[in-house]
Parts: sequence; structure tokens; C-alpha cells
Amino acid sequence: MKKMRISKKNLIALAGALAIYFLVSGLLSLGMISKFQEINLMLLGINIILAVSLNLIVGVTGQLALGHAGFMAIGAYVSAIFTMYLDKPFLLAIILGALAAALAGIIIGLPTLRLKGDYLAIATLGFGEIIRGITINIDYIGGAAGMIGIPRQTNWPYLFVMVVFTIVVIVNFLNSTHGRACVAIRENEIAAETMGINTTYYKVLAFAMGAFFAGIGGALYAHYFYLIQPTTFTFLRSFDILVMVVLGGLGSMTGSIIAAAGITIVNAALQDLAVLRMVIYAVLLIVVMVFRPQGLMGTKEFTLNRWVKKRGEVSESAGN
Amino acid sequence: MAGFLQQLINGLSLGSIYALIALGYTMVYGIILLINFAHGDILMVGAYIAFYAVVYLKLNIWWAFIIAMAGSSLLGIIIERVAYKPLRNAPRLAALITAIGMSLFLENGGLMVLGSNLRSYPRGLIENNNLTISLLGLDVTVTTLQLLILLITIAMMIFLQYIVRYTKTGKAMRAVSYDKDAARLMGINVDNTISFTFAIGSAFASVAGILLGLYYNTIQPLMGLMPGLKAFVAAVIGGIGSIPGAMVGGFALGIFETMVAGYWSSKLRDPIVFLLLILILLIKPAGLLGKNDTEKV
Repeated sequence: MKKMRISKKNLIALAGALAIYFLVSGLLSLGMISKFQEINLMLLGINIILAVSLNLIVGVTGQLALGHAGFMAIGAYVSAIFTMYLDKPFLLAIILGALAAALAGIIIGLPTLRLKGDYLAIATLGFGEIIRGITINIDYIGGAAGMIGIPRQTNWPYLFVMVVFTIVVIVNFLNSTHGRACVAIRENEIAAETMGINTTYYKVLAFAMGAFFAGIGGALYAHYFYLIQPTTFTFLRSFDILVMVVLGGLGSMTGSIIAAAGITIVNAALQDLAVLRMVIYAVLLIVVMVFRPQGLMGTKEFTLNRWVKKRGEVSESAGN
Repeated sequence: MAGFLQQLINGLSLGSIYALIALGYTMVYGIILLINFAHGDILMVGAYIAFYAVVYLKLNIWWAFIIAMAGSSLLGIIIERVAYKPLRNAPRLAALITAIGMSLFLENGGLMVLGSNLRSYPRGLIENNNLTISLLGLDVTVTTLQLLILLITIAMMIFLQYIVRYTKTGKAMRAVSYDKDAARLMGINVDNTISFTFAIGSAFASVAGILLGLYYNTIQPLMGLMPGLKAFVAAVIGGIGSIPGAMVGGFALGIFETMVAGYWSSKLRDPIVFLLLILILLIKPAGLLGKNDTEKV
């Protein structure tokens, strides 16, 4: 057994997280954050959860999946059923929503992860649309009109805890044997298999984990915005999340976080421009991709190591 | 039984349009391995060019077709040069995101410039009569528009086959899609060949756009979104990269979709289409007519 060691690095990260938490809590209680800013703060947190979880599938394991909105929808609907219809506590609803999404991830992942590249992309996109199509056809959850009047239970503490939980679990996963196996699959699936890695197992595991956290994101979303509709979870939303992941840099968790935050803030800042906002967004996207195709961070991480101790470069070389 | 034949005819016309769009997807994919998500939006631009040509320039529909094809081809070439060419050697996901960005740009640019209101082509632009014909002793109704759609599609497919198989440019296209570097060594201008592929694909899309606008009697800036996605599904079902595959996939998808909507539920149509896609991919991972490459270690 390895001894748990709390390093200086972890302490700084913990202190940073607490500082952000209390800073925002303070600002909220002082009423210095407007309603509009609060909505975007929630979106920012939810987008971070979605981007980091998709990055685990696309960036780390290298499986191009375009169905993340589908998992988000499952989390949103299942959790809303538990709080709205069955009066269960919010936390339980989040967990059940996330588990349902993870289960869907396994069911979808097992057959489709045999496919590669663009075929996997279109199959997962198809699954996302199937999930959406199913929600339209079930009257219990409102059909095409969706569910209205979901209790607003997502607040800053819930959001913050869930964001930190997502990041901590996924980053630790990455640095474990399992995470390394996933990276090996991304780099070369055949070589990984030759080295004795059970590629199917790890691909499905990454897929299920990504879906689990997407489910959390969906549950938080549903319990902040009162209403969820099948049109909330179209493939365009999956694209949005993918854009954050690629913009941040494939495999770079800090990149995903920065890109998710950046995109949410840019979206909020351009809110008044209506349609022009989306045009600017599209142009920015193209320009960034043309001039920095590896994303903002590449595969590098922004780590505390650089600040705490100069231990040389901490970047991982990703080959290719 | 007459009902079935009727659905089959409706499915064929929808399938023709899908096939026309799918051809563009599959050709671009075949040559630069990029899912050109903006393809569905080029279709929209084509439909609008034709609309303005007909309404403001008072041209007849055939001229509108030609102008729309020319305009969309140019747009396709510009998009490729500006957005995709710089990324030819970049990670493929970056190119995919650029394509998504291009699609968002065209859709929202369209919403901004053209407005979100629905428009339709003027009445009487194309003579649209109901013809009752008897097939296998059963009476079915075919509109002249449906016949026109089918005829245009078949004509364009023959034209495409001619270009790809019997012209020098077509030979260059096949060579580039087979091996870009070897093609370059043989003196083929790869950039021009890729531009040409985009031009043809976009021209086909604009024809499909006009036909869609005539068929549903509306055009709007987001009209390319769903047909674009469906056509992509059709291309994948047929085996992406394969031209006959796109034709087969397009027709198959159109007919299947119409049958599901007609005999089951129109609300279940889209989920079932995607389910079919996944089933086909699981049974034949490279699509119906796709080449199944074995991976060498």
C-alpha cells in the first residue's frame, strides 16, 4: 500500500479551490453577482463538467464521440423524474441520473466502440439523436414539450462540489494505470492490445465514466433552468461540447476547463448581439483552428508543479 | 398495395434528394477524409441563390439552377481554400471542428442576412400536375415535380459517373483519393483537383437545395441542417467514400424513412433512421458498398 501523502502541490490546489468557493459565495451573498452573471456562472460550471468528461473519451482515449448531449439528456430527465415526480432528494437524483447515463454509456459503448474514427462519430451521433427521439415519444416525461417546473435546486455549493468532484476523479483516473491504458489506446490501439491492455474494457470504461459525468452535468442543468426539452439536447449541443474539448487541446484537462470557461464567457459577453454572436463565434472557431489546430493547450497541462518547484518540463510528449 | 406503391414513389423522390446531397459528402470524404459539415448549408445557399434569381432577376427555373450551381461551386471552392486547406496536415479533429464552425457560420450568417422567415418559390415556377399512372394494375399518383426530381437526379448521377470515370479530371480525382503523394509525383495538381471536387459536390448540393425548396415549398436558413445530417447518414450507410454507395444509401434512406413515417409514426421516424444506421454499421462496419480496409500492423 502506498502511503497517502499530502504534497505541497495538493495543498495549494485545495487552497485555491477553497478561495474560489468562498470568493464567489461571498460575492453571491453580497448580491454583487447579477442574475445574468449567475446564470452564466452555472452554465460555466456545467460546461466545465461536460467538457472535461468528453475530453476523457475524445482527448484521452481517442474515441471520437458525438453523442454527449444524449448522456446529458439522460441525466437531466432521470434526475428530474426523481425530484419532480417522486420527491426524492436532489443529491440522490443527481447520482441516479448519472448512473443511468453511465449505464446508457455501457450499453451504447459495447457495440459501437468496435467502430473506428468517423464511423464511431456518426454512430454515437446517431445514438444521441435516438435518445432525443425517445424522449419526444414518451408522454410521461412531457414528450416534445418537455418537463416544465423542475424544482430549482442547483446552487453554487452543489455546482462547485460537482465541478471539483468531476475534475478530481478524472484527473486522478488519468494518472492511474487505467488512465495510462486509455492514453495507450489513443496512441496506438494495436500496440496497446499487444501490450496486454484489454482495449474494449478500457474504451467502455472511459465511455461510461464520461457518460456518468455528462449525466451529472445534465442533472445540474435541469435543476437550474426549470425546464428541459428534447430540443435542448440536439447534436448541436454535442458539437458545442466537442468544440470546447478541441479548442482547449485534446487530452488536456486544464485546456478543457479554460476553453469551457472562455466559450461561456465569450457567449455571455456577446449576448446582446443576437444572431451576430453566433457568426462571430463561428469565425473565432475557424480562426483559432486554422492558426492553432492542436488547440490552445495542445496536450500539455497547466500544472502547479511549474510554480511550486522547477522540476524541469512536466509536459507529456504525445508523439505524432 | 396501392398505398405501398405510393409511399415508394414518395420515398424515391425524397431519396433522390438525399442521394444528391450524399454524393457531395462522399466525394469530399473520399478525397480529403473530412466530414464536411458545411455541406448541408451550401445546399441552403444554393436554394437562396435560385430564389433571388427567380424573384428579382425574373429568370426561369433552368437559369436559376445554373446560376445556383455556379454560385455554390464558387462558395465550395472558397470554403475549401480558406478553411480546410490550411488544415490539410493538421489533426483531423481540427478540420472537423473547422467544418462545424463553417456550418455555424453559414447558418447564422444566413439568419442574419436573409432573416429567419420562411420563403417559398413563386407558384407556377414549375408546372406541378398530379398524374395518375397505373403500376402493376394499381393507380398511383405521381406529381410532375416528383418525376422531375427523379429525372434530374438520374441525369446528374450519369453526368457524375461520366466525369469520374471517363475524363482526365475524374482520373485525377480518383488518383488523389487513392494516394495524394503518389498523385502529386505523377504531376497531378492536387490542390486544383480537391477544389474541383468541392465545386462538383457543392453544385450537386445546390441542385438538391432547389429541389428540396420546390418539394416542401419552403426555404429558410436552417433548411440544410437535417437533410444534411440525413444525407450524411445515407453516405455512411452506403459506405462513405464510395460514389455508388452514396446513391444506394440515399435512395434506401429516403424510401425507408417514408415507409416508417407512413406505416408507423412520423415522430419515430428520426430515431428509427439512426437505429438503422447503427445496425448497418455494426453488421457491415464500412457501409453497404464500402471497402473494408484491413489494418496492417
